[in-house]
Amino acid sequence: MSVVTQPNSYLQTLLAGQPNVAASKQAWLNKLRSSAVETVSELTIPTTRDEEWRFTDLSMLTKVSLQPAHGEIKLGADEIKRFHIKEATNRLVFVDGVYASALSNIAAKGIVVCNLASELAKNSAILQQHLAQQSKIEGNVFAALNTAYLRDAALIMLPRDTQAKTPVHLLFIATQKEVVSYPRTLVLADNGCEATVIEDYVSLQDEAYFTNAVSEFVLADNARIHHIRVQREGAKAFHIANCAASLSRGSNYQSVSIAMGARISRYNLNVKLAEGAECSADGLAMISARQLADTHTCIDHAQPHAISRQLHKCVVDGGAHAVFNGKIMVRRGSHHTDSEQSNHTLLLSDKAHVDTKPQLEIFNDDVKCTHGATIGQLDNDEVFYLQSRGVSHAQALNMLTYAFAAEVIERIPVASLKHSLEQTVLEQTSTTL
Amino acid sequence: MIYQDSRTILEVRNLCASVDGTPILKNMDFTVKSGEIHAIMGLNGSGKSTFSKVLAGHPDYEITSGTVLFEGKNLMEMEPEDRARAGLFLAFQYPIEIPGVGNSQFLRLMYNTVQTHRGKEELDPLEFDDFVRDKMKLLEMREDFLDRSVNAGFSGGEKKRNEILQMAMLEPSLAILDETDSGLDIDALRIVAQGVNQLANKGNAIIMVTHYQRLLNYIVPDFVHVMVDGRIIKSGGKELALELESRGYNWVSDEYKAASRVAR
Repeated sequence: MSVVTQPNSYLQTLLAGQPNVAASKQAWLNKLRSSAVETVSELTIPTTRDEEWRFTDLSMLTKVSLQPAHGEIKLGADEIKRFHIKEATNRLVFVDGVYASALSNIAAKGIVVCNLASELAKNSAILQQHLAQQSKIEGNVFAALNTAYLRDAALIMLPRDTQAKTPVHLLFIATQKEVVSYPRTLVLADNGCEATVIEDYVSLQDEAYFTNAVSEFVLADNARIHHIRVQREGAKAFHIANCAASLSRGSNYQSVSIAMGARISRYNLNVKLAEGAECSADGLAMISARQLADTHTCIDHAQPHAISRQLHKCVVDGGAHAVFNGKIMVRRGSHHTDSEQSNHTLLLSDKAHVDTKPQLEIFNDDVKCTHGATIGQLDNDEVFYLQSRGVSHAQALNMLTYAFAAEVIERIPVASLKHSLEQTVLEQTSTTL
Repeated sequence: MIYQDSRTILEVRNLCASVDGTPILKNMDFTVKSGEIHAIMGLNGSGKSTFSKVLAGHPDYEITSGTVLFEGKNLMEMEPEDRARAGLFLAFQYPIEIPGVGNSQFLRLMYNTVQTHRGKEELDPLEFDDFVRDKMKLLEMREDFLDRSVNAGFSGGEKKRNEILQMAMLEPSLAILDETDSGLDIDALRIVAQGVNQLANKGNAIIMVTHYQRLLNYIVPDFVHVMVDGRIIKSGGKELALELESRGYNWVSDEYKAASRVAR
């Protein structure tokens, strides 16, 4: 991203509401926000001339006039019931980025699941140490914007050797049109703890809005975190999210990210692995019509003996456009690195489009890194096999598309969520085919 | 078995078919009546597998001329799924693996779709489970086989058993077994053959397409046909298979060429 001297008018509009963010009692947080404001002022909205944004044109976003969301929550509990995930007894609900305590449910014992504000005083030092440290604001205009508005946030703190017995559901609901919301998540997992976190973006309206989210995961030694991310925003939404996970020795981070919604979505996932850490970063983008879904991942083998696995799939129908850029970095000295990446795309129409790029940067011998990518249409022989058993052509296509997508969805360790996503896929394939 | 009062199930006349513009079947003639078991034998490239796929309606093959009547209906105008619903079944030489689609889910969809089209009742999941487990016994299949994805990671023998299981469920009037013996060890071959023999009856017919005589020791054909260069050039009883096994295929071609020369 280039530095401009001229203040960028669009970004200035986005920042216009920032002074209204109530000052915190924590001086460091106010400072963090103001340095984020400064960072934003030095940056511009990326264009397709930026290598990292080559395939994702944000000019549409800049043409929508957006206001900060107002903080009044009018939703009743019944209106969000359909988003509940049965297994998740801990649920934090954010409406247009604002914490909704009346809609949330906190049942956890021994772990902290709450809005950031309620822990700021008690855990000031540790929060200062971690907020905006994994997902850096430098050079990242969206992370900086989010941080400039940082107030409410989903906070999960898992003390040493604790286990969250049930998944924690972070539900981010969009209700207002033509607004920006800044969802924020911080997960601090101490040594040897275990938890499943579901980050879930939904909408109750169909007009344009902008979700600009940042999530940070800090895993101490031997911590184990499942991170499930479901992006099912409204059809005209813009969704840009940055997620960064830092893995200490022997820790394990399993992430499954599903992108189905939004007109334009971009997900940046950065995972940094210390010695002996393990991660999987699986993804599914399932899009149609004029949707664009861009996934950029960077798995950084910063130390030896770490293992990474990645399966990313795209199902692209209509005139939709999927982008996948999967960077695997093996630093000097990271010997015995073991990394596998595969990326498969299913194109369901002549106008569907994918840009996919594996990017291996290996600065070390003695590593095992494999990657593979395929782009294709449904296999004629598979379709014929099903037809020869009496299954109609349309049903055969539906079934095979479903099976293609299900390989990723099956990796979600929460049965009811897995089931509901499978149903969504089935409905989507039967309507588009 | 050959019966006096049998009906004609399949009637193929002057069938020509090509793939990517290359002719494979050349004026094929073939008739199957109910109760009969036919074996079509031939070397690789003789067109026998093409013939099975053409009958089942594979989209890669183009029918350039000729007629095929199945139970009196024009088969070539029917979609593959309609052929299956009407009672034609192809056991694939290489059954397709479909990771992500559960075998029991697939079998139930297949069974219920076909049943509905035959004007019969669908089975709910519980009824279906009893039904399929009963059929599985016929093929000595393990229980866990229903929980796996369709053919994914199956051994050669398991795939072929899965094919015959589907045949047992759909009760076709015409079953075409395309190289069902390939990739089977002797135990699996015995089980598969036993299954097929139990399914053969007076009202249906079976066509075995095979390279080797081995399968015919277990499923005894009424007729053996030799296919060379896209057509049947010799037909006989089960003893013809034994002769092919001991003498190879060349003599049949030579005999056919000599006969054609005389005819000219």
